[in-house]
Amino acid sequence: MPISRRDLLKGAASGGLLLASGVPAHATMSTTLPPNAVGFLYDATLCIGCKSCVVNCKIKNCEPGGALYQEGMTKPPYETKGPGNSGQWDETQELTGKTLSVIKVYKNGTCQTKDAEVNGYAFFKQQCMHCITPACASVCPGGAFKKDPDNGSVYYIASKCIGCRYCQIACPFGLPRYEWDRAWPEVRKCQHCRHITKKGGITACAESCPTGATVFGKVTDLREEAKRRLALKPGDEYQFPIQTVHSRNRQPRKVARYVDKVYGLTEVGGTQNILLSGVSFELLGFRKYLKNQALPELTWHYIAKIPWVFAGVFIGGTAIYKITHRKEGDKS
Amino acid sequence: MMDLTNYIGPKYNDFVQKLLDDRQTRYLGIKLITPFTVVLVLLICAAAVVALYRLAFGIGAASNLSDAWPWGLWISFDVLGGVCMAAGGFLIAGAVYICGLEKYHCVARAAILNAFFGYLLAAISICMDIGRSVVIWKALISSQINSIMFIVAIHVVLYTSTLATESSPMFFEKVGWDGARHKVSRCMVGVALFGVLLSLLHQSSLGAVYLIAPGKLSQIWYSQWIPYCFLLSAIMLGLSMVSFETILTGKVWNHPPPRDVLSGLGRGTLIAGILYLALKVFILLDTPGLVGMVTDGSFLGNLYLLEMAVGVVLPIVLLSFKAVRNNIHRLFAVDILVISGVLLNRLNVGIFGVQEFATRSGGDYFPSAMEWILTLGMIAFAILGFKLCAKYLNLFPQHH
Repeated sequence: MPISRRDLLKGAASGGLLLASGVPAHATMSTTLPPNAVGFLYDATLCIGCKSCVVNCKIKNCEPGGALYQEGMTKPPYETKGPGNSGQWDETQELTGKTLSVIKVYKNGTCQTKDAEVNGYAFFKQQCMHCITPACASVCPGGAFKKDPDNGSVYYIASKCIGCRYCQIACPFGLPRYEWDRAWPEVRKCQHCRHITKKGGITACAESCPTGATVFGKVTDLREEAKRRLALKPGDEYQFPIQTVHSRNRQPRKVARYVDKVYGLTEVGGTQNILLSGVSFELLGFRKYLKNQALPELTWHYIAKIPWVFAGVFIGGTAIYKITHRKEGDKS
Repeated sequence: MMDLTNYIGPKYNDFVQKLLDDRQTRYLGIKLITPFTVVLVLLICAAAVVALYRLAFGIGAASNLSDAWPWGLWISFDVLGGVCMAAGGFLIAGAVYICGLEKYHCVARAAILNAFFGYLLAAISICMDIGRSVVIWKALISSQINSIMFIVAIHVVLYTSTLATESSPMFFEKVGWDGARHKVSRCMVGVALFGVLLSLLHQSSLGAVYLIAPGKLSQIWYSQWIPYCFLLSAIMLGLSMVSFETILTGKVWNHPPPRDVLSGLGRGTLIAGILYLALKVFILLDTPGLVGMVTDGSFLGNLYLLEMAVGVVLPIVLLSFKAVRNNIHRLFAVDILVISGVLLNRLNVGIFGVQEFATRSGGDYFPSAMEWILTLGMIAFAILGFKLCAKYLNLFPQHH
């Protein structure tokens, strides 16, 4: 019997070593932009706070295939609780299990000037940023989050979800929302209107934006457009595209003063949705200090050591066992 | 004793009679019906009702969790706490079966059983905590190797089975299945080694869960070393827990705790504590601004100081005196310090440490009545389970 045990340990240890030698140096997740990555550019200086995008988002995503769709639903899950709301209109205050995108307002002092940090106001949009290396997809134990290898949208497969909510802990933007009021809940987040964009359409938010604050397009084009806008002189006139970044439908508007940053170029390794703003992103509640590092790497440093622990424990343990039980062996 | 022959037939009656025969352990003087046991049973019943309510109406209805606080008491106390309290199991199993430290053989069964209940507590609680409890098995077949949660899930299942295997000989011995007992005993070294491996990985991976959340978990607790912090503190707590449980069972039941074992455990706690403290001090000095953060009198800073003072520094100072290590009452007090300190650490990481981020994104959390009841019920379940095993199984084999 001791021989077979030794063989077993040997096998386990060599198996561990074999595993260890085959461990990739990085997380098994892509850190580069997918070939046809799409997203939107949200320019807060163009946003007038009409919330058309929020309304259209909810309507379009309650169609079959949409991120809010449930079988047998008769109307979108409107949130009609709020001061003065007698159940008449959708009143989204926050991202919730029923709301995938939301427009919020920044206010300071007398709120006189748009896009001014002091005595000003600014609108901003909150929803999934569609990371190039999404933390939610890396941490999900069921594999319920997937990043589309072609257009890069991060989507959710409810049938694989076990409901551990690790995605909520891991998301650097704190975006995935949970259906706390259901007995069989799902995670809700923007999925780039996959049911529309996969057929060549554009996201509901970009479709309905009247000022071109949200424009849809290929990420590479969006980045160029964002950089072009940052290079413009405040006060000059610029033809801002509507709906899509290469749209022929353009509106002339005076260029506002931007903070010198495209949010989403480097944050956690880059995101497919990118933002421009006249007010510093930190004041809008976007987190500072998000390094240019894909978050799954932080975990991978730990995971890559596991096979070595396997090999080490089996070899070390067997050695210790042999040494401490030497006398018994001599006796037998 | 009841005769169930008429109900279940002579074969099963014989089995039940063997199992319920407590002559061997009568010397311990364990009474089944005491006010304490009644309280335990009531708590378990209440927790069962809560569990059913939670399954029927969802996690949101039963708990105060929200999008800003996705994890609460169940994860921080039941899972993080339950698992680290179980660390004694792999340490004692490793010491006895692999390192050949026969001295600790007399506490091995109790330590492993204790760990088994710790893991059951964690496993049942996580089943209650996840939103889609009945499909929890999907986490085991996904091969999501980038996910710490996948690794944690695999470890929970494998190690709970390992602990059950390690505990099975005393059950087989009791019901007289000698063949099975012999088979398990023969592969015990391998099983113990497997248990050590799984525990090293599982204890540290619970800390690694938070690696992906820099800036969400307060810098006071977040560092790239957090897996090692969890492992070392679990080892410290695990040894303390074995000592605590040995002294406690010695106090309430009639069996004198072995003194040399206890002072050995005290020495082990001391060594693990010094290593843990060294790592913590290294992190403190290595992270810019951390010293300021913990000493600025803020709530989180004070929690950190409290956790370190009660759970680490004070026990190390006390245990370094031989007079403490060799005195059961003093050891018992130190064990309580270590246990509360390390459990506070888990609550700090799981609840308080994410407070700043959660309240900034607009949420507050205090566990709901149902969360408290389930947690208390789970603790009661572990205590009662341990007590029943002590009554009917040969948990303290040194008397034979």
